[in-house]
Amino acid sequence: MSMLELRNVSKRYGQGANEVDAISDIDLSVERGSLVAIMGPSGSGKSTLLTIAGSLEEPTTGDVMIDGARLSGMSRNDKARLRRRSVGYVFQDFNLLAGLTAVENVSLPLELDGVSMKKARAKGMDALEGLGLADRAESFPDQLSGGERQRVAIARAVVGERSLLLADEPSGALDSVNGEAVMRMILTACHGGVAAVVVTHDAKLASWADRVVFLRDGKAVDETLPPPSPEELLNPDVANPS
Amino acid sequence: MSIRHSLLALLSEGPKYGFQLRQEFETSTGEVWPLNVGQVYTTLQRLERDGLAESDDIEEDERQRNYRITEKGGEELAHWLRTPPDLSEPPRDELVIKVLVASRLPDVDVFDVIQIHRRYIVQLMQQWTRLKEDESQFDLAFALAVDAELFRLDSVVRWLDAADGRLRRAASEPAPENPVALPSIRRRTGAHK
Repeated sequence: MSMLELRNVSKRYGQGANEVDAISDIDLSVERGSLVAIMGPSGSGKSTLLTIAGSLEEPTTGDVMIDGARLSGMSRNDKARLRRRSVGYVFQDFNLLAGLTAVENVSLPLELDGVSMKKARAKGMDALEGLGLADRAESFPDQLSGGERQRVAIARAVVGERSLLLADEPSGALDSVNGEAVMRMILTACHGGVAAVVVTHDAKLASWADRVVFLRDGKAVDETLPPPSPEELLNPDVANPS
Repeated sequence: MSIRHSLLALLSEGPKYGFQLRQEFETSTGEVWPLNVGQVYTTLQRLERDGLAESDDIEEDERQRNYRITEKGGEELAHWLRTPPDLSEPPRDELVIKVLVASRLPDVDVFDVIQIHRRYIVQLMQQWTRLKEDESQFDLAFALAVDAELFRLDSVVRWLDAADGRLRRAASEPAPENPVALPSIRRRTGAHK
C-alpha cells in the first residue's frame, strides 16, 4: 500500500476573474522506502502540492490518503494527530525554534503528541545521534552552522515513528557538499522504510530520487523512467539507442 | 582529456612501467575514463620521441621497459597544468542546435522537445548519483570525477530551464514588427582566442 496517495488533486485560489489553478489533476503515489522528487520552476505548484500532501491545506477537489487514511473525512483533530505522528516536514529555512536547544526542537513534536518529556528526549537524542549531531544536542540554533541546523530539522522530521517525510527545497542555501549530505540523510531515512517527497528546482538534488516528476503550470507533465537494469547500465547502447 | 599529460604527471612521481601507468591512470580518475593498454604504449612512444620521457631501451618488449620523465617533460607538465583549456569559443552543441531549430519550426512543440531532453539528462544524473550513494564505495578521485559530470549535466538542465522560461515569455509577448538582425554570437561576446 502506498504511504502517500494523491488522486486527481486540484487546488484553486481566488474567485471569478482572479481564479488560479495552483495545481490540477495531480495523481501521485509514493511507496514506503521510496524517494520521489517533484521538479519544476517557481510558480509551478510544487509547494502547494507539498502542503496538500501534508494535510496543511485542503485540495479543492480530489483525494489525499496518508497510510491508507483518507484526509477528506477527517476531523481537524484527527488530521493534526496524523500530522504529528506520521508526517515530518523539512523547510528551506529550517524553521527551528530559536529559544529551544537542538534536542528540544527535535523532541517537541513527540511531546506535543503526549509522549513523556523523558521519553521524547531519549528519542530526540536517538534521531540526533543518527545524523551525527549528538554532541550538538544542547546547542541553540544560532550556535549551529547552516548544515547543522538543517540536520536538526531532518532529525525533527524523522523522529519517532514518522513514515512520511516532505521536504521543500531541503538544501536551502547550503553549498553543494552540504546539500548532498542532506539528500543522503533523506535517502537513509527511506532505506529505513520512510516514504519521502522532495520538491526542488535543482536537478542535482532531484537526481537522488528513485523517480522524478516534472511539474509545469500546476500539472504533472512528465516523469523519469524507472532506473535501468544493471545490464542496461553495462551496455548503454541498449538503454539509449541514439 | 589529455592522456599524454596525465601519464607525464604519473611519471613525475617516479619511474613506472606501462601496465602500472594504465592502472594508476584509471585509479586517479576514479575509473571514470577507462584506458586501453595500446593507448598507453602509443602515448609513451610519442613522449619518448618528443624528449618528454625516456626509457632504458635495452628491452625489446615495451612491456618490460621502465619509463621516467625528463627535465623537458617536467617543464611541459608544469606549463600544461597552468594553461586554461580553450573555452573562448562556444562549442557546437548538438542539444542547443536542436532547441534552436525546434523553436523556429511552426509544427514542432519546442517545450515538448525541451522536456524530452530535460528528462533524459535528469535520468543520466540519477545514474551518476546512484554511484555516489554508498560513500564507503568510492574514493576522492572518483567523487571528483562524478561531481564534474553531474555539474556538467546540471548546467545543461539549467540552460534548458532558462530556454523554456525565455521562450514562454517570448511566446506571450507580441513579436517585434521589424526584427533586428542579430550579430553573430562570437562578435557579441567579444570572445577572442
